[in-house]
Amino acid sequence: MFRNKMQLKFDAISQNEGFARMTIGAFIAQLNPTIYQLADIKTAVSEAVTNAIIHAYPEKEGEVELNASIEGTVLTVEIIDHGVGIADIEKARQPFYTTAPEEERSGMGFMVMESFMDSLEVTSKVGEGTRVLLRKNVETYSAKGAV
Amino acid sequence: MIKVQRTKDGKLILSVQGELDHHSAPVARAEMDQALENHQFKEIVFELSGLTFMDSSGIGVLLGRYKKVQSLGAKIYVSGANTAIDKLLQMSGIYTIMPKADKEVS
Repeated sequence: MFRNKMQLKFDAISQNEGFARMTIGAFIAQLNPTIYQLADIKTAVSEAVTNAIIHAYPEKEGEVELNASIEGTVLTVEIIDHGVGIADIEKARQPFYTTAPEEERSGMGFMVMESFMDSLEVTSKVGEGTRVLLRKNVETYSAKGAV
Repeated sequence: MIKVQRTKDGKLILSVQGELDHHSAPVARAEMDQALENHQFKEIVFELSGLTFMDSSGIGVLLGRYKKVQSLGAKIYVSGANTAIDKLLQMSGIYTIMPKADKEVS
């Protein structure tokens, strides 16, 4: 089975949102995804990275880790921060829930991740950080042998 | 990142270019608000054919403009979204308050 992995660490600043999307896009190119799969993955990763950048470090500088691995046709992406953590994950995952309505945050981030990927797992500890795990099977017709 | 065009029949077309995410949202928001203040309009069209990427931060920007002009009674439409952005707009339910312009016109 084909395997590959990569690790990336960058400052939690908004300039790196585009960088994270580009990087994950380049990494999964080897899976030969459709443009729709590529867009889904880039959007989901953008949501997770943006969440970390906005919420994890309200009072200090910090870093975001982006780890991705491929096993066969399954992509797993981990977005980790060592920030303030989420006290109530269930509440945070509710559609349209936002702690920043005055900044015009839509509260749709987790909803997008959930619907654009096959699975979403969020683990968090207050004061220690948050880990978002995204998974998607990037199986295409060409990978099955058809063209 | 916003191109502004006003038609004779009072349509204000705001064409969004590039990538709309949390990083670029403040610029998009400021440019859109400036256009809304500087022009008179009966209708607003968010023209998205030049937009290559958008995530939920973009939804926040569109909804924020909707709230701003709601009291003026102007209608808002969205046009030209690529397949990926269209999927996001569908999911957000935004088309219920800002229908696709293409459908309305034809």
